[in-house]
Amino acid sequence: MKKSVLKSIQITVIMAIIVFVAGCNGTQESESGERTERQQRVDLMGAGASFPAPLMTAMADEYRTLTNNRVTINYQSIGSGGGIRQFGEQTIMFGMTEAFLSDEIMKDVEANTKGKAFNMPITLADVVATYNIPGVDKGLVLDSSVLVDIYLGKITNWNNSRIANLNPNKNLPSLPITVVHRSDGSGSTNIWTSYFTRVSDEWKNKVGMGTSVNWPLGVGGNGNEGVAGIVINTPGAIGYNSLAYALINDMSFASIINSSGNIITPSFDATTEAANIDLPEDTRILFTNTPAPNGYPIAGFAWMLIHENLHMNNAISTKNEAIELVEFIIWSITDGQNLSEGLGYARLPEAAIDRSIDMIKQINWKGEMIGRDLLRKNNLL
Amino acid sequence: MANNLGNIINKKPIHIIYRWLGDKIFLSLSFILGLTIVLLAIAMGFVLYSESGETFKTFGVWGFIKGTDWDAGLHMSFGALPFIFGTLVTSIFSLLIAFLPSIAIAIFIAEYAPKWLSNITDNLINLIAAIPSVVVGIWGIFVFAPWMRDTFYMPIFLWTAENYPTLLPIIGSPIGYGMTTATIILALMIIPYITVLTKDAIKKVPQEQREAAYALGATKWEVIRMAILPYARGGIMAGAMLSFGRAIGETMAVAMLIGNKNSFPFSIVGPASTIPSVIINEFREAVSNIHVSSLMALGLILFVISLIVNLIAAYITRKLSITGGKVI
Amino acid sequence: MNIANVKQKSLKQRKIKDNFMVGLLYLSTLIVITPLIIIISYVIYNGINALNWDFFVHELGSPTRAMQGRPTGLVHTILGTAVVDTLALLIALPVGVGSGILLSEYPDNKLNPALRIINDTLNGMPAILKGLLAFALIVKPMGTFSGLAGGVALAFVMIPIIARATESALMNIPWSIREAGLAIGLPRWRVIMSTVIPAAKTGLVTGFLIAFARAVGEAAPLMFTSFGNNYLPKHWTGMIFGPVDTLPQRLYSLAISPYKEWHAMGWAAGIILLVFVITLFIFARVLTAEKKYES
Repeated sequence: MKKSVLKSIQITVIMAIIVFVAGCNGTQESESGERTERQQRVDLMGAGASFPAPLMTAMADEYRTLTNNRVTINYQSIGSGGGIRQFGEQTIMFGMTEAFLSDEIMKDVEANTKGKAFNMPITLADVVATYNIPGVDKGLVLDSSVLVDIYLGKITNWNNSRIANLNPNKNLPSLPITVVHRSDGSGSTNIWTSYFTRVSDEWKNKVGMGTSVNWPLGVGGNGNEGVAGIVINTPGAIGYNSLAYALINDMSFASIINSSGNIITPSFDATTEAANIDLPEDTRILFTNTPAPNGYPIAGFAWMLIHENLHMNNAISTKNEAIELVEFIIWSITDGQNLSEGLGYARLPEAAIDRSIDMIKQINWKGEMIGRDLLRKNNLL
Repeated sequence: MANNLGNIINKKPIHIIYRWLGDKIFLSLSFILGLTIVLLAIAMGFVLYSESGETFKTFGVWGFIKGTDWDAGLHMSFGALPFIFGTLVTSIFSLLIAFLPSIAIAIFIAEYAPKWLSNITDNLINLIAAIPSVVVGIWGIFVFAPWMRDTFYMPIFLWTAENYPTLLPIIGSPIGYGMTTATIILALMIIPYITVLTKDAIKKVPQEQREAAYALGATKWEVIRMAILPYARGGIMAGAMLSFGRAIGETMAVAMLIGNKNSFPFSIVGPASTIPSVIINEFREAVSNIHVSSLMALGLILFVISLIVNLIAAYITRKLSITGGKVI
Repeated sequence: MNIANVKQKSLKQRKIKDNFMVGLLYLSTLIVITPLIIIISYVIYNGINALNWDFFVHELGSPTRAMQGRPTGLVHTILGTAVVDTLALLIALPVGVGSGILLSEYPDNKLNPALRIINDTLNGMPAILKGLLAFALIVKPMGTFSGLAGGVALAFVMIPIIARATESALMNIPWSIREAGLAIGLPRWRVIMSTVIPAAKTGLVTGFLIAFARAVGEAAPLMFTSFGNNYLPKHWTGMIFGPVDTLPQRLYSLAISPYKEWHAMGWAAGIILLVFVITLFIFARVLTAEKKYES
């Protein structure tokens, strides 16, 4: 009996090995005919911000189909911070972030790779104030000072006169406000707090901005769904989510009065509009509280991080990989943008695409201007 | 096996090199492999220590331990106290919750249940230990936490809000994910460990001990209460200690259920954080060196706590018990 | 409570208390077993629908695949788990067995007292610390996340369990067997390899199975070692030297994702993990039971 069990284990293991080996051989045989094509296959590796991850992975899927499975892009969402760090440590070919590289990190990269680190806008992130007020399903209007004071704990009840003044036709209940924020590090938090920092000196000096900050009050939720879960289940709650997420889950979100005094209802167009401003050459700009008159004020870029000198990145070992990478980037800011609306993302404005093309132009492999050549090939120069 | 021996003897041209050198090599090999484990433990301590150097230099060892800020945004100041507190509180309370039921089950398996039932129960309890932590976690996220919120937290919260609004900060926000939820799940997860170790301790109690008590006319419960439990005391305490160590290090299920709030004040049902949960949440995301270093420093603190707990368990096993440190 | 006190109570009272206690024991056993059954039922109930043919033959890709109902699955994850866990076992076996042999066959070795304590301590160390160690030892020098790093991290989880199991399995073999071997002039290493280890085979395999089952469910050490991947690598060696998906780590990221479809896949991944772990568990139990029966 004991022997029999041991035997059966042995047999199982042996069979598993045989199947595994046979499987390997099988694939190798079937592929040997197409060896030339197989040799050209490339795996590209990127990681970073979680907000653009659905778009990024959908682009990866689409691009893989377009290239007949030749190019696989493995994008792991590990957060903006992770994207920046792994980009700096050169364990990935490109990073993604919702907070652009600081001057300090830019200098570090320049020292390490003898070339610039490019922050290339890839999509736009927008953050909306989601709320749960019984009786007020839609169209709550807030302005920057009210929003900040709610998050500073100065306005604690929905029947506060300052909220009522902004919403003359709404019947606001007397209900304590429950403030909800993200508990994990997040690009949404970065945009949200950067808006607060822009509009309030008190917030700037007390809390500041970042992917995770030391909140003066409130309840933490893990991820978009964590915040949404609390807001949906707590009458009187206010939180923040990406627009796409709020739309998918049918949450109420507030319209915001922007710096030009216009009431802006969040929409993809309003987000794209917000980015329609004078962009610096390296696109490292926060446009929360945008001066664009019809722009939604709580929005920002999500950037792709890439080295100017691709051969200096340890994660990229061959010129072929570098070329495929650049080719993918060019696709993602042009044709790839067509995926945006369907997935709940705003399109990049033309100005941002032009800046990106200027950066791609400089990308090289051991001095060979592969970026420029590929742009020409795609008729973008 | 006899065959085997026969073969070996028949085939053998045994000479000195084969014997002497073979033994020498074999022993050295075993020694080296054993040494690997020792080095591994040392390497773990060393890596954590060296990687956390920056944090301890910046905030000081004591400053870091008693610091209550965890601010990776503006001030870049880091303190471990909320996490140490969260880890210890969840672990201690889960041990308190799990202790008596585990002992009850162990007694049930070892003394009361008929053989077939005892076997089934034993297997089921061991199966709980075999369920991967993430599987418990996904159940906790989608089933247990919402259920706790709707059944207990919300009614309690609303009742308190109506009658004793001043107590609300102590109760905390009833979102379902928080200290209490995580503690209950932790308790469930360590029950098998305590049970198995207690059962082993009970089984080691000599039969004469029981018979002596029966002879005095004790009922079965009295036998257990007066003859068995005191005798197995050491094994039970060591088991509780080891299970406590497990609770301290449990990562995934806790990270999925505790709500991840990085600063004081914690509340009863509201979100909190433990050392493993903050490491798993932030290690891949951290940008600045000081942030990574602080996470490593938290790891070092976890290492030290874990080391102390395990050494105490080993000590208890040796001093108080007759079971001879069996580990599951 | 002492005997004198007991005698003062009536026998009836004591009987009642006895029965009450029995009831309490049954009750607490029931209370603890219930969640087990609930968890398993929920996992199966929620995951079974996502567990279709696509699940075993397609790669995960992007969440839009799942949301738009296009085929998506975890084939890369299942294969990745097989590779990483096998690697872990290959690394852990020699170290664990070697240490176990040292502990049981060379009881006088100077290393043993320290080794025993350190091994137990290492066994009690949180798995997440083992992940951090593998990150520092493998990921950093290699410059990339890899299946190898994941395997090493899981090996750290297995090693102490295997060492312990080997030690106790070998200890269970009576010394007379070794003496018989030594008496007919066999060198010690030959006695160990040809008689002691074969005799302890059942115990050893049980120990390996338990160690394996424990490591298979671990997610924490894999988060910063094997990292994750939404696709199969272009060549199977990519699973060893590049980032690779594993079931527990993928289950975690599916569970905390905001998509309902991915949640269902998370439950399905849970079913696979459970089936795998329970199978290993039953194998180990059957082996132990038979061993007991024989002796």
